[in-house]
Amino acid sequence: MAKRDTPMLDELLKGPYPSFVKELYKVQERKPMVQDLLGQLEDSYEERIGHWKHGGIVGVMGYGGGVIGRYSDLQEKYPAVAHFHTMRINQPAAWFYTSDALRTLADIWEKHGSGLTNMHGSTGDIVLLGCKTDDLEPCFADLTAAGFDLGGSGSCMRTPSCCLGKARCEWACYDTMKLCYEFTQEFQDELHRPAFPYKFKFKFSGCPNDCVASIARADMSLIGTWKDEIQVDQAAVADYAKGGMDIVSDVVMNCPSKCIKYNGNGIEIDDHECVHCMHCINAMPKALAPGKERGATILLGSKAPIMEGALLSSVLVPFIDLNDEDEIEDLKELIGNIWDFWDEHGRNRERVGELIQRVGMATFLDGIGLDPEPEMVSAPRDNPYIFFQDEEEEEDDE
Amino acid sequence: MSEAPAKRITDIGPPHYEKFLPPMVKENYGKWKFHEIVKPGVMFHQGETGDKLFTVRAASPRLIAVDTFRLFADLADKYCDGYLRFTSRNNVEFLLTEEANIDPLIADLDKEGFPVGSIGAPVSNIVHTQGWVHCHSAATDASGIVKAVMDDLMPYFQGKELPAKTRVALACCLNMCGAVHCSDIAILGIHTKPPATNHDNLAKQCEIPTTVSSCPTGAIRTADVDGKKSVEIQDDLCMYCANCYTVCPALPLNNPETDGVSIWVGGKVSNARSEPKFSKLAIPFLPNNPPRWPEVVEAVRNIIDVYAAGARKYERIGEWIERIGWPKFFKLTGIEFTRYHIDDFKHAGWTYKRSTHLKF
Repeated sequence: MAKRDTPMLDELLKGPYPSFVKELYKVQERKPMVQDLLGQLEDSYEERIGHWKHGGIVGVMGYGGGVIGRYSDLQEKYPAVAHFHTMRINQPAAWFYTSDALRTLADIWEKHGSGLTNMHGSTGDIVLLGCKTDDLEPCFADLTAAGFDLGGSGSCMRTPSCCLGKARCEWACYDTMKLCYEFTQEFQDELHRPAFPYKFKFKFSGCPNDCVASIARADMSLIGTWKDEIQVDQAAVADYAKGGMDIVSDVVMNCPSKCIKYNGNGIEIDDHECVHCMHCINAMPKALAPGKERGATILLGSKAPIMEGALLSSVLVPFIDLNDEDEIEDLKELIGNIWDFWDEHGRNRERVGELIQRVGMATFLDGIGLDPEPEMVSAPRDNPYIFFQDEEEEEDDE
Repeated sequence: MSEAPAKRITDIGPPHYEKFLPPMVKENYGKWKFHEIVKPGVMFHQGETGDKLFTVRAASPRLIAVDTFRLFADLADKYCDGYLRFTSRNNVEFLLTEEANIDPLIADLDKEGFPVGSIGAPVSNIVHTQGWVHCHSAATDASGIVKAVMDDLMPYFQGKELPAKTRVALACCLNMCGAVHCSDIAILGIHTKPPATNHDNLAKQCEIPTTVSSCPTGAIRTADVDGKKSVEIQDDLCMYCANCYTVCPALPLNNPETDGVSIWVGGKVSNARSEPKFSKLAIPFLPNNPPRWPEVVEAVRNIIDVYAAGARKYERIGEWIERIGWPKFFKLTGIEFTRYHIDDFKHAGWTYKRSTHLKF
């Protein structure tokens, strides 16, 4: 097959940033699929329109997700991309690899697919781009033999992801990688066999800097925090001042709760006023650190716009000690209650955050058996339309 | 149907991460003391024992070939005993214990076209989606715009200063697979017309009740068209989400003349200083102009230049705009404020200004 002429895409070989077109070029000599992909993409650039069709049911045996069907709408012109399915592979926690693991994945994908990948997809998976239907099952067999498994797609628990936490960060307030791995293993059935109203994502962030965007992108956001005093090394504070840092303007004035004082000799933090935002710690990583009584805040409900508009997660459990096995078990029970209530009351393609909006947080809390707490709201209601419950009915329920 | 092999392996989950952690990480797990940025793209973490782990971060276009897996693997073997990782913004990181290996590694990465940066620099990689490379509902390409914008922002990726971190993200339609809605600058592909309706094929290709119920705004009704079962769309209720097209291929939404790109600003994910916030609309529509989308590149650069000139140290774009006020943002950037900037979807009134706290 002749190499495709791609004058528009070739413009994207120029410039200092790594070029995805160069990546396509690396494999096109040996992959007709990628030659046709280049041809179809060049057409898209000329015509300013995409040429993919959404898939029907396609996957591997016994799994309801992990493969996204994709077909070209220019199959006669580009037969090699008539099927061009995506396989999502569950990434190792925090995307650590060895060179051997990367080579193993490369060998498998060279053998069964286009040789193109995303490292990684938005949810966190290793994304293998471009597989024919007949190659899915053999590819899956080689992947599982090498210790890898599919990730999620459709109305299931999606592949959980986490920041690197204790592996390389002094701010990790709990073991994000361990918890992410354990949850992924515990909920394998929920991951591979879609049975929910819609998708459900977990993201594990070790501190309020939230490097995996948990509060914006996870139905359940587990964000590390601490309860006691910020740890202060006054000698290191003095070193920052000596090094030219203007501690008043850089740190004190940027504190959202105005709880830091600096008098030239050292800083003083009123920890009862601290909202645990991380700014002072970010600014002086050698001098300040999160406290020692560490855990996490659990928030619920964030999502991108489809269908009712984007949401950020909101507080569900103000503080939980995720370093304590009993509290983790309690959390799993709470997750079970959330999934049960959502299964029963959620509409098709309704995320849990949208369900809460529709039925009201109070009803949702009743449904999952959690008491209301003031930390869950930014303010109490400001309208007088309170739906009072019948006391007797309430007692009957109990 | 073919029979399952006897020893079919399933439900094993991902490999355990401990297999992939460098020995120094295992020894210092949970015992890191602090980190320091050495230079753009390079930092070290120091453990309680005094161990130092150096990280070198390089740009990646996210869409990479297996050849690049092998290249990264070879570099990891050469310089850091085979240990590497990827970041949540799709960069690649090499984890070194030998400080002397940093500069040779950087030289090799540069030679191969993967420039080092992002650490200690305001701009990291652009989180993005599939676009025309792989998506059915894309209103624009993803990788092409990212390449063009990042070529322009490379100085900021490699250490040129801005007041604070500036996180840029791209999604190729408003499904926002990349969840770009909390980014300092979000580039969002946007459809502007309701889907066409292919009445001849609709009943054959689509389940009509599913199609009707797929619409978040209830804009789709069943209809008989020339004796054929089909649907009709109330155009004034459609907000072009492509939800119906996802379940029904006879409702194509993609349109080369009316699809384009919108720009959103001021979102953030981190809790540092101010609370996390959504990005807000800056520019409702820019044309799709491949291969290098000059209007989009120029619009992003303009916002960054005005921000760089006006923001205080540590102020993210959203924090800067909240201080100066949105009217001033539009005045300083020269971006026109239009009727499209005023929310008219659900809960729209939350964004109306209900005080006289105005700056003149």
